[in-house]
Amino acid sequence: MTKEHANWSPYDNNGGTCVAIAGADYCVVAADTRMSSGYNILTRDYSKITQLADKCAMASSGFQADVRALQKHLEARHLIYQHQHNKQMSTPAMAQLLSNTLYYKRFFPYYAFNVLGGLDGEGKGCVFTYDAVGSYERVGYSSQGSGSTLIMPFLDNQLKSPSPLLLPAKDAVTPLSESEALDLVKTCFASATERDIYTGDKLEIVVLNAKGTRREYMELRKD
Amino acid sequence: MMKIDFSGLEQNASLRGNPNELLSGLSTAPEFQIPNTNDFDGFQKESIQMVKPAKGTTTLAFIFKEGVMVAADSRASMGGYISSQSVKKIIEINPHMLGTMAGGAADCQFWHRNLGIKCRLHELANKRRISVTGASKLLANILYSYRGMGLSVGTMIAGWDEKGPGLYYVDSEGGRLKGTRFSVGSGSPYAYGVLDSGYHYDMSVEEAAELARRAIYHATFRDGASGGVVSVYHVGPNGWKKLSGDDVGELHYTYYPVEPTTIEQEMAEVSVS
Repeated sequence: MTKEHANWSPYDNNGGTCVAIAGADYCVVAADTRMSSGYNILTRDYSKITQLADKCAMASSGFQADVRALQKHLEARHLIYQHQHNKQMSTPAMAQLLSNTLYYKRFFPYYAFNVLGGLDGEGKGCVFTYDAVGSYERVGYSSQGSGSTLIMPFLDNQLKSPSPLLLPAKDAVTPLSESEALDLVKTCFASATERDIYTGDKLEIVVLNAKGTRREYMELRKD
Repeated sequence: MMKIDFSGLEQNASLRGNPNELLSGLSTAPEFQIPNTNDFDGFQKESIQMVKPAKGTTTLAFIFKEGVMVAADSRASMGGYISSQSVKKIIEINPHMLGTMAGGAADCQFWHRNLGIKCRLHELANKRRISVTGASKLLANILYSYRGMGLSVGTMIAGWDEKGPGLYYVDSEGGRLKGTRFSVGSGSPYAYGVLDSGYHYDMSVEEAAELARRAIYHATFRDGASGGVVSVYHVGPNGWKKLSGDDVGELHYTYYPVEPTTIEQEMAEVSVS
């Protein structure tokens, strides 16, 4: 008697790509707004970026239902933190919280591929990149999602900095200015849209700096 | 019915009852949710495929006269894709103990951080630093209780305690071995070759560091899943110290410098006349 396996899976992949770049005094977090399921486009206007704290934003691709649940969980934990400590959570603290939250679902993972971007305690940009079960690393730039294999080599070419593991330790942030980094992000997505069917429609960019947070949008190919 | 040992996550009892699911993670440790399926193993196998934790690595550690030398590469791969070239595979558990990472990155990071917490609690409860034997046993027991659930951890715990330098190998199958020379990961056969042939107990710190560096370099040369930066740490009686971090690509040319060939020189002469 052969066992019948379930045809139903609790997961789906809604596609999409996220990118984050850290600068000396800013951080750029960007994601496309297309949400797909297989060959269907469910909507062209879905935001994958959420602002977790004043100086911290997270972009996630993968299964958007899990992403939404994860965002709600983190927002609630941040609210509790603010009530208990009377201040906003710092980005490195939020980074570890996200890692632990992901790992506590180690045996039933959140199908979410995240990048966390923000300003650290000194006002310098920082980006943290994650796998689906919570291993994380502070980096100068990162991309996740369906277009990441197209974008990462390009960012390595443009932004690659000496590894933080070298001795003496060097800074991972890019020397680019904020406007140059924005142009770079727009270029990345325009290129990824050409070659990845799950990336396109519109690009949402969140810029965090000392003055606060602002959002920008750019149209991408809709085919 | 499976019973999971949560002692790895236990903390002191909460001050007041917290029935709230969100708040329950604050005073007591959150629990691991388990999917409600008949086929737990199949589900885990599928979700591992989907999640594909980063693995493929070379790490090594050995004891010698001056203490323990620990070295590792820094590449993380997901299938054929290199997801990072700058992963910290040597984890600083506390100022006197190091752990190495091989297997699932998240598994190693999380459980090493958890081990650091338990070592600190041990210090506070017993007014003395925990031994390497004790720390490795704590980790091994936790991993054993999660045996068969798909954790992938191949780690070495290196430290210096009252008995001198200590080195243990601990893995997610529940194995725990005391030893003087270990290498873990897909590049370990290559590292062992260099390490075993060059090892003497009476090496100086510089010689041991160079041996460790070369062993990792040769493993990165031949193993596609290893690469990036070689980090070398030394654990002495006063704790650990990072000795070097060298990019493997540049290390190649210091070991095998490029020499101009005679043919090129001949061509240069012809064009002048």
